[in-house]
Amino acid sequence: MDRDAESSYFLERSRLQDLLDELVHRRYELLGPRLDQEAIVYDRIDRVEDLPCGWTDEQRPGHYRLKRRDDEALFGYVVGPHSWKKYLFPPLVNVMTSRKDSDGWTMQDEPIASSRMALIGVRACELAAIAIQDRVFMSDIYVDPIYAARRKDLFLVAVNCTQAASTCFCTSMGTGPRCSAGFDLALTELPSGFVLEVGSPNGQNVLNALGLHLASEAQCQSAESHRQVAVTQITKKVETSGIRDKLLSRLEHPRWESVAERCLSCANCTLVCPTCFCSSVDEVTDLTNDEIHRQRRWDSCFNFDFSHISGGPIRNQTRSRYRQWLTHKLASWIDQFGTSGCVGCGRCITWCPVGIDLTEEIAAICSDTDPS
Amino acid sequence: MIATPNAPGTVANPWRSHTAIIDSIHQEIESVATYRLRLADPSVADRYRFQAGQFNMLYLPGCGESAISHSGPPSADGNHMVHTIRFVGRVTEAISKLRVGDRLGVRGPFGTAWPIEKCKGQDVIIIAGGIGMAPLRAALYGLMEDRSRFGRIVLLYGTRSPELLLYAGELESWTKHRIEIQVTVDRATESWQGAVGVVPLLLDRLSGLRPDNTQVLMCGPEVMMHYCALSALKRNLRKESIWLSIERNMQCAVGLCGHCQLGPVFVCRQGPVFRYDSIENLLKVRDF
Repeated sequence: MDRDAESSYFLERSRLQDLLDELVHRRYELLGPRLDQEAIVYDRIDRVEDLPCGWTDEQRPGHYRLKRRDDEALFGYVVGPHSWKKYLFPPLVNVMTSRKDSDGWTMQDEPIASSRMALIGVRACELAAIAIQDRVFMSDIYVDPIYAARRKDLFLVAVNCTQAASTCFCTSMGTGPRCSAGFDLALTELPSGFVLEVGSPNGQNVLNALGLHLASEAQCQSAESHRQVAVTQITKKVETSGIRDKLLSRLEHPRWESVAERCLSCANCTLVCPTCFCSSVDEVTDLTNDEIHRQRRWDSCFNFDFSHISGGPIRNQTRSRYRQWLTHKLASWIDQFGTSGCVGCGRCITWCPVGIDLTEEIAAICSDTDPS
Repeated sequence: MIATPNAPGTVANPWRSHTAIIDSIHQEIESVATYRLRLADPSVADRYRFQAGQFNMLYLPGCGESAISHSGPPSADGNHMVHTIRFVGRVTEAISKLRVGDRLGVRGPFGTAWPIEKCKGQDVIIIAGGIGMAPLRAALYGLMEDRSRFGRIVLLYGTRSPELLLYAGELESWTKHRIEIQVTVDRATESWQGAVGVVPLLLDRLSGLRPDNTQVLMCGPEVMMHYCALSALKRNLRKESIWLSIERNMQCAVGLCGHCQLGPVFVCRQGPVFRYDSIENLLKVRDF
């Protein structure tokens, strides 16, 4: 509490627009939650009125519905079908261009537009997801130039969860619900406004421009009790101790067969996942065939031809594709990037059309009583 | 993309292809030809270096990319890159229609190399199956370029039938560099005088083996490599001395797109050449 009181500020609800304006003044494009397609999605926002005031989401396996809240909370929902990866790792983007010339083709770097994006309402699990994709795209000698350009000038306004969905399990994955690092500013919403913490020099600059006062002890305590509600509401669990070795030593477990009988191999889970990074490149041409773009699009290890080689697909059954996804996400990801690929956001559970809950699959496969 | 610095992001845009010109085409067998390519930009060509075992992404605008191993001498720069291509998919079939002087795109080199340094002072057994001979030809050139530094060199080479034998016209010149060559086919024709049967059988009966002083490099169908590895171990070769190059779907070639994953491994980054003991268990899992 003392730490909070010394470093937390209070932003009146009526001044949230000032924060947005300050970010616009600093040439950021504002991206945040708004209602669309009967869901809370991430899109361009301009004003506080664009936020999903008084709305929440109800989630369980294979189920997502918007519900009215009995208050006017602006961030009173959990997470929706979108994740911020769509801005950092765009679903469709050109990676190279070839133009026809007298000798054949001239190949050119795709110009990479610089961007200054401010993401408004980033949850703790989503901060963790961004940190994971930072490692995927920017830690090797080969850096994805598109991700790096979009990541460079990102401004992150995090929001601490004050409620959880039945599909949430960030506490198991050690990613939330409290935003602890990786943000510029972090808000905890109270009825009258926001308790605000600073996480970076950039955040400090914005705070200074707003001229906010320190939050009171009571406001800090209220914020803490609101945050505690989310902690208390999270009931879903994954036993992460030894999970890598357990999963990788049970690659022939009968549960892979049984989950494959339910899984449609539709790839929804990978598209809503904030860390899944697989992609393919297509050739896209103009009508005259004089200019050809190499266009990267999101792909999924659930797609039949994803692992195709000259002899056919390596993973030609749903069983092997589900096994690839789950063991990659929760086991071999650790070998590759020193962290789990799962942040416990629960999107893959909610958006699975048949309601497969990966935490149940993990429990069944890793349970010590089952045969390996 | 040319040198291999270590710090994150020190490599230029990995998506960028460079124009290359086809200087020659040699039809090897039906549906397989060897291309000599020259990078059009001399400054890019002069900087280009690769090691035997590495691959390039060859690109035809409007058609796509295909991962193709170097099959020529590793001493060459980007003015003399050699690729042996089997016309088996959309991109390679389109490449088959190109003529000398035509242009295509090249990104690379990518991936790990054959352990030529480790082979110094050692005997080397090269085991190839079908088109798997192509990346091993680059290794053979690497060994022949510095022949006196290596001990006995044996090539065990299997194809389905005699007419599918790659580089048949070159085998004699390789024997002049003291490469012992044994060829086997799955199905013999009337005129075939050589061995019939699978490649591991050649290794089973190879005489004069010095298990503690031999490196094995192999490339071919995974089932062939599996049984060759078993044969090698039976002959008391060490797992740490067995190297293999494997095929997976490759699109980005730099560990960013996910297609080539094999458990914890990105085959394009940690492979395609692996030490056997590092992926032995992964290869045993069906459909992994």
